[in-house]
Amino acid sequence: MMEALSKLAYLLAAVMFIYGLKRLSSPATARSGNWIAALGMGVAIVATLIFHPQYEWQYIAIGAVIGSLAGGILAKTVKMTGMPEMVALLNGFGGGASALVAGAEFWKYLNAGEGIPLNFGVAIQLSVLVGAVTFSGSLVAFGKLRELITGRAVTYPMQKTVNAILLLVTVGLIVYLVAVPDHVPAFLVLMGLSLLLGVLSVIPIGGADMPVVISLLNSYSGIAAAMTGFVINNEGLIISGALVGASGLILTNIMCKAMNRSLANVLFGAFGSHVQEIGPGGATGEKSYRSLTHQDAATMLAYARQVVIAPGYGLAVSQAQHEVRELADMLEARGVTVKYAIHPVAGRMPGHMNVLLAEADVPYDELYDMDQINPEFPHTDVSVVVGANDVVNPAARHDKSSPLYGMPILDVDKAHHTIVMKRSMRPGFAGVDNELFYLPNSSMLFGDAKDSFKKLIEEVKQL
Amino acid sequence: MLVELVTLFVIFVLAMFVGFEVITKVPPTLHTPLMSGSNAISGITIIGALIIAGAKDNRISSLLGLVAVAFAMINVVGGFLVTDRMLHMFKRKPEEPTK
Repeated sequence: MMEALSKLAYLLAAVMFIYGLKRLSSPATARSGNWIAALGMGVAIVATLIFHPQYEWQYIAIGAVIGSLAGGILAKTVKMTGMPEMVALLNGFGGGASALVAGAEFWKYLNAGEGIPLNFGVAIQLSVLVGAVTFSGSLVAFGKLRELITGRAVTYPMQKTVNAILLLVTVGLIVYLVAVPDHVPAFLVLMGLSLLLGVLSVIPIGGADMPVVISLLNSYSGIAAAMTGFVINNEGLIISGALVGASGLILTNIMCKAMNRSLANVLFGAFGSHVQEIGPGGATGEKSYRSLTHQDAATMLAYARQVVIAPGYGLAVSQAQHEVRELADMLEARGVTVKYAIHPVAGRMPGHMNVLLAEADVPYDELYDMDQINPEFPHTDVSVVVGANDVVNPAARHDKSSPLYGMPILDVDKAHHTIVMKRSMRPGFAGVDNELFYLPNSSMLFGDAKDSFKKLIEEVKQL
Repeated sequence: MLVELVTLFVIFVLAMFVGFEVITKVPPTLHTPLMSGSNAISGITIIGALIIAGAKDNRISSLLGLVAVAFAMINVVGGFLVTDRMLHMFKRKPEEPTK
């Protein structure tokens, strides 16, 4: 009876998660959707505490208090520009929790001395593998995004071979543990190798490919939870984990498509690890580009009919979102139509730019996806590129020799005029020189984006 | 035992399909809140953590369970709160003066 009731409660929780996610299909209903999902989690937690006999309350209490405090403080203090790291970190904790539960179950069976049933054995090992990979991989992603470690792709000789051998050994261990489920040293080695695998598989992935990695780790954290569901024989975990797994896979797929690269290429390609070699580096001196003053740029913007702003990671780095909004407001007050063009992989995680601009109170109906905004560029007077590079490189459309070839881009070059705000002529993440900078209708506006926007605001005021 | 496992697997596969259906409808604007929100949902592993931390099995299991509860709780509380903070910022263009 108790078990039936708890199963019903978990079903209710799962339904609330699905309904909550469904409400995320519109910004207007999304906030309530999130609370419905949170409430679902509350239902699941309360049901667990009621329907499962609890003996050791102190362990639960200590863990819950520490976790809630840490999570609450993190959520309240994180800056919007720090959101990619935050998501990576939370992913890691989710994966870590799943691996720990599987580990604890392993010890429980071991201690009871009754041997581990085959189906639970497989689930425990998979749960440890996926959970530990998620944990260490997310921590590495966190370090990269925080720039605690280099954001570039880290490569070493025989990298793929080493990773492949590691993966094979891990799979071998799992097979071995299925046959001999209570072999403690093998289990510990499996845990260690899984952690190592997480580190080594994220290290060769460079900064601009982070949207894919974060989405994939997001998916893993769901799969890990679902695996844990198989371990403890709980449908609630399986359904919820599968939902998250599906969500992460969809995002991963969208991100890969937006870069016109396969998942395998992102994971193993070590894209962007050698800038100088691919980029024509010194060749920039030979081609000529125009740079313009803030005054000229301000005039151009103030007398335009339509301005489209294309932000990239540089916007997040210089935290210029509030200044962008202020300038846009002034332009709109003068009768200029201002729109924002958002490339799916702009920034370091899916939707990164949208969150930053939302923080600056930019209404979400002024933000346009790539497919919506591209037809608008030919009748846009000025397009403004803020700290974006590879996602606006026209070479992606026609230069078959470019590593970017085939990647869908924002057609900013089709506007009557393009202003590129950038700190220097350095190539973007892909290490490819951007031919946009040398087009006759492009002008460079050098400097930090935030400073540049402040100057533009001052100039527009004087017009 | 095998039937039990397969039943769970059936649930897993069907739930994946539900996930695909629901989540393809989320617009790109909300992709970050989707990630942090779904991430919080993956904290459902808290159920497993609570059961193992509370059960009177042995000290090692309970200690691992304690850490798992803390980790999962960070995931759950942090995830839902930060998602709410983000979603709170998404505003429509003020057409009629609301404030």
